[in-house]
Amino acid sequence: MKTQDKLTKLIIAGFGGQGVLTMGVILANSAVVEEKNATWLPSYGPEMRGGTANCNVIVAEEEIGSPIITSPDILVVFNLPSMEKFLPRLRKGGILIYNSSLIKKKIERDDIKKIALPLVELTKKIKNPKVGNMIALGSLLKLTGLVSKDSVVESLKKNFKDKKELVEINKKALDLGYEYVKS
Amino acid sequence: MKQKKQLIKGNHAIGKAAIEAGCNFYAGYPITPQNELTEYMAKHMRLNKRPFVQAESEVSAINMVFGAGAGDARAMTSSSSPGVSLKQEGISYIAGAELPCVIVNMVRGGPGLGNIAGAQSDYFQSTRGGGHGDYRLIVFGPNSVQELYDFTMKAFDYADKYRMPVMILGDGYLGQMMESYIPHKYEPIKNLPKKKWALTGCKGRKKNIVKTLYLTPENALEEHNLKLNEKYKKIQKEIQMYEKANADDGEIIVVSYGTASRVVKNVIEFFNKNSKKKIGMFRPISLWPFPATALRNLKCKKFLVVEMSMGQMIEDVKLALFGKKDVTVNLIKRPGGMIPTEDEIKDKIEKMIG
Repeated sequence: MKTQDKLTKLIIAGFGGQGVLTMGVILANSAVVEEKNATWLPSYGPEMRGGTANCNVIVAEEEIGSPIITSPDILVVFNLPSMEKFLPRLRKGGILIYNSSLIKKKIERDDIKKIALPLVELTKKIKNPKVGNMIALGSLLKLTGLVSKDSVVESLKKNFKDKKELVEINKKALDLGYEYVKS
Repeated sequence: MKQKKQLIKGNHAIGKAAIEAGCNFYAGYPITPQNELTEYMAKHMRLNKRPFVQAESEVSAINMVFGAGAGDARAMTSSSSPGVSLKQEGISYIAGAELPCVIVNMVRGGPGLGNIAGAQSDYFQSTRGGGHGDYRLIVFGPNSVQELYDFTMKAFDYADKYRMPVMILGDGYLGQMMESYIPHKYEPIKNLPKKKWALTGCKGRKKNIVKTLYLTPENALEEHNLKLNEKYKKIQKEIQMYEKANADDGEIIVVSYGTASRVVKNVIEFFNKNSKKKIGMFRPISLWPFPATALRNLKCKKFLVVEMSMGQMIEDVKLALFGKKDVTVNLIKRPGGMIPTEDEIKDKIEKMIG
């Protein structure tokens, strides 16, 4: 299922520290690399410290109105509290990508596409527990074609321009997520 | 092809524009949700060998800007609501002394310490002067990262042109969000006057005096106020900025600015696509001077004001429409850092259509 929509709305949510906000920035920047429009609106404030963090990302060919998302087309959740908070808002026919290492509960909705990613196990494969976000982004690209992998790599280079050694491991994670959803 | 669009955070876009527009003095004191701006200036003013001061308080920062503006600096300070309240004494002095400066307010929920979410509850404070005395600020209410960038550049020019403080009235959401924008070269407006009044050392010329104290009422302070008022009237003629859509034949016109206007944009598009009823929008960009003439000239009878406050701009809307027959003005208000939803605006419009 490739999205041909002119405007795609995503909510990405998880614990502070799981790379939720970074995943959003990388995705938004990749869209801009392709000369698309993008907005990235973070949750900010006390909830970021140890609690849940989330960001609203919109990618569009057209001009973007409100950067605030009521009902996303795509929901990426890294922990259970985030799923319980945002799943009811995912639009009918939308895509849920969730971290099945932390979310064991049965997902009640049948009107959406569900993609389980065992991120704890997957990150063990590449021996880095911090890049679950890029695995999820890789899977997201494969499923939706929202932006190209090349644009993401370019964004990674920009984002880690002061820590070049991190580009390679993030790229590896991106590839792993991309390949994982094929099987 | 070289990449044109860039992704940047609202607060950073202001800092970038300020540097490019030649801001050569910045003083500020940290407060959420505008910290990234102070942080940006700390780094980039230094890189450009221009002075950056993290002052000991907001009061101190605005008074440093007062001093820098009295010289020939392009001076700027930034803060968020409680911090901007602290600056009001200084802003009144700068307006009274007719000095240029740029003030950024990334508004957060109030009153008091309130919270750190974006809000629009400082509209009264910004558009009515804010401090003591009869004075005004030029106030811009951008609604995108692109406009934060563009209007910060313009703000320095208008401050110099009219010798008065110019405020960028954003909100926490605009400051915190990242958005695609197109950077461009700073081009000053035409005929910027030379700063002959500035305190630059009077060797070889008559001395300049910058003051706000005029002890006698007659032939002094009254005259000074009348002179300021002439300037404000001139600005009201020269600057009235707005954006409108479906406004000339819309059955209902939704009036909003800043972040609230982004939500309204979605609602207008919804009605364009799904309804036979034509719903229009009117977005003031200059909040002072308020684009009253353009609003008053609309034929529409039904207005809906959408604000992230208990309703402040609505007073300017009513003043603009004052005396017009059979005009109704409704309000959607979400105070305390909340954003009106598309659904509640749609519901209200449906009800108004009846």
